[in-house]
Amino acid sequence: MDHLFAARVQFATSLMFHIVFAVYGIGMPLLMLIAEGAWLRTGDAQFLDLAKRWARAAGILFAVGAVSGTVISFELGLLWPKFMQFAGAIIGMPFSMEAFAFFIEAIFLALYLFGWDRLSPRAHFLTALPVAISGALSGIFVVDANAWMNSPTGFHMVAGQVRDVDPIAAILNPFWATEATHMLIAAYVTVGFGVAAVHAVALLRDRRDAYARRGFAIAFAVAALLSPFQFISGDANARTVAALQPPKLAAMEALFHTTRCAPEMLGGIPDVAHQSVRYGIGVPCGLSVLAKLNPHAVIAGLDAFPTRDRPNTLVVHLAFQIMVAVGTGLVLLGMWGFVVAWRTRQTPTNPWLLRATIAAGGLSVVAIEAGWIVTEVGRQPWAVYHVFTTAQSLTAASNTIIPSFVVFSGIYVLLSAVLIWLLVRLATSPLPDQPHSEGR
Amino acid sequence: MAALTAYVILGGADFGGGVLDIVATGSGAPAQRAAVAEAMGPVWEVNHVWLIFVLVATWTCFPVAFANMFTALSVPLIIALAGIVLRGAAFAFRHYAVEAGARAQYMGFVFGAASILTPVFLGDAIGTLVSGSLNPLFAAASPWLRPFPIAIGLFALSLCALLAAVFLTVETHGWLQAVFRRRALIAWLATAVMGVAALGAAYDGAPYMFHALTSGPARPWFAFALGVGLITLWCLVRRRYRAARATAVAQVAAVLWAWAAAQYPYVIVPWLTITAAAAPRQTLLDFLVMTGAGMAVLLPSLWLLFAVFKGNARD
Repeated sequence: MDHLFAARVQFATSLMFHIVFAVYGIGMPLLMLIAEGAWLRTGDAQFLDLAKRWARAAGILFAVGAVSGTVISFELGLLWPKFMQFAGAIIGMPFSMEAFAFFIEAIFLALYLFGWDRLSPRAHFLTALPVAISGALSGIFVVDANAWMNSPTGFHMVAGQVRDVDPIAAILNPFWATEATHMLIAAYVTVGFGVAAVHAVALLRDRRDAYARRGFAIAFAVAALLSPFQFISGDANARTVAALQPPKLAAMEALFHTTRCAPEMLGGIPDVAHQSVRYGIGVPCGLSVLAKLNPHAVIAGLDAFPTRDRPNTLVVHLAFQIMVAVGTGLVLLGMWGFVVAWRTRQTPTNPWLLRATIAAGGLSVVAIEAGWIVTEVGRQPWAVYHVFTTAQSLTAASNTIIPSFVVFSGIYVLLSAVLIWLLVRLATSPLPDQPHSEGR
Repeated sequence: MAALTAYVILGGADFGGGVLDIVATGSGAPAQRAAVAEAMGPVWEVNHVWLIFVLVATWTCFPVAFANMFTALSVPLIIALAGIVLRGAAFAFRHYAVEAGARAQYMGFVFGAASILTPVFLGDAIGTLVSGSLNPLFAAASPWLRPFPIAIGLFALSLCALLAAVFLTVETHGWLQAVFRRRALIAWLATAVMGVAALGAAYDGAPYMFHALTSGPARPWFAFALGVGLITLWCLVRRRYRAARATAVAQVAAVLWAWAAAQYPYVIVPWLTITAAAAPRQTLLDFLVMTGAGMAVLLPSLWLLFAVFKGNARD
């Protein structure tokens, strides 16, 4: 196996693993906050049970997320030390800020999980706030660093040397707001559907399960309310990509040839050898309208760029289609649930809706992974767009690449097994009869 | 350095907890393990975040050093990382699993073994930095597999065990406390032995550091660390546990700072200085400001955490 490919696969695996836990670390605190708030408002003990059970799940997910995050920190150095040397002074700060945010989140999550008996109800509720806020900030900071890789600002290249480093300018790169918004909403939607899916399983067994109904209601509502905004933020992202990273847009849309009135390609399988798309449906001038708000606009196709600058169109286009298809499905599911709840004035318990929600729990994760594939594979061959390639980033210690690939693949298999075991046990363990202290 | 100190003390105590866990024997073993788990429970996550902070701070402020360290020391760092991952998984598993049993026992073994791996290999990596055998062209095969770095790794491990045992004497009482006192004394002996061994190995294996510690600028730190170490021993023998905790922490901190002083001004002896490895001024300035702001939020939060959970150690 080629070293660069092995390193990329290893890193991609670590990231794809980590993002799931990072997302739950962002989303669960919001749900916990709502559940505990509902308990304090209504005195209904089932909301308290939900808050406790969700907190316990959050603790597990957070712990694994912390470990997988540590792996990524190490792997950045082990696999891509040249990138780290190049970029450290420029974009290291958001990572440090993320470390702080994560630290605060860990502290207050510990207070939340273990402080039921030691803090007043009000104080305990308040500890959930820093958890939620820090979680969101963590996500924003890390995505900011990724945004910089797509639109690098805050330095000048003078004769191959980095000069005039301005970390603040790097943080405020053009991409950060659109990327961060899109990721944050994705996190809340994914966790909402994921948690709703778990309760949907219980509801399929017993529609009158009051605990499951409340859990489902909170989680589904969060997801349903936020998912439509992904269209808006996704659109903003695509337009920014069109302006700043045209090869990525061309790959996403499988636009091989520079075209005026470029079609928006729905579906379809790119055939790179023949520079065409098979089985797709092209919406006339759709891409020109979306990207430049002008049906007569010219959109650069892959042929406008040297071959080595073209991303893997097959992967990027398919991933993009998957993400948008799932995202659209999630919005429709949310609307369906909302309409049913509006009509019946109750938590929806229609079996097909529940089954769709169960599917949504998994598919929303698929959408996130697909989205990250779009943006990362779409940026290749660059690590820092138009400045530093992925190949340039690779470590010189090449004899460790394959062994570390093997070792870490094994570790991830083990971690996943442990995790699934833990979560299944948690989900299926009996509910307490009365509220009591958990966590020891 | 401050972050590294925090990590070594807090994270080190955590790793040491794992060591104690694995060596717990006899009928008192479950109680010993329970004490370890209870002490670590609320704070273990938090203790390990310091490591991320050390990594990120090194990367941002000394990117040249970061890149060189990770390239040349990739093997010990991979092993240390494997230890961290396994440990985290095992601990999360044990802590959150609803039932005990054979699987929990097995994970306990993983937990203990991983707790040994990481301090040893992180210590080894640091030892290599100091030894002067980290060649910029990476021509030397496995500079981390030499006597001095290995001795440092084992020294680090015994320091971790010492910290954990001393912390646990404060958090327990009765016969359990006596058990941990004995363990602390054994750990102290181990640190003394490994310390001497490391110094001996330094004569040949890390001459720059040996000179700095014994006759150079790091001598005061060295003497201080020795002195505090002896006080720790005295406190343990006389059962002054809270004092022992303070002096053990001081001892470990002193060792760490002695190392830093001995290595100064190099990040990688003998060819990469701190200045050469550093990021541009603007970055360092921004970073310090950001860190200051972050600490202003973090330190009170940490205080809150320890106050809520360590306040009533008598429960």
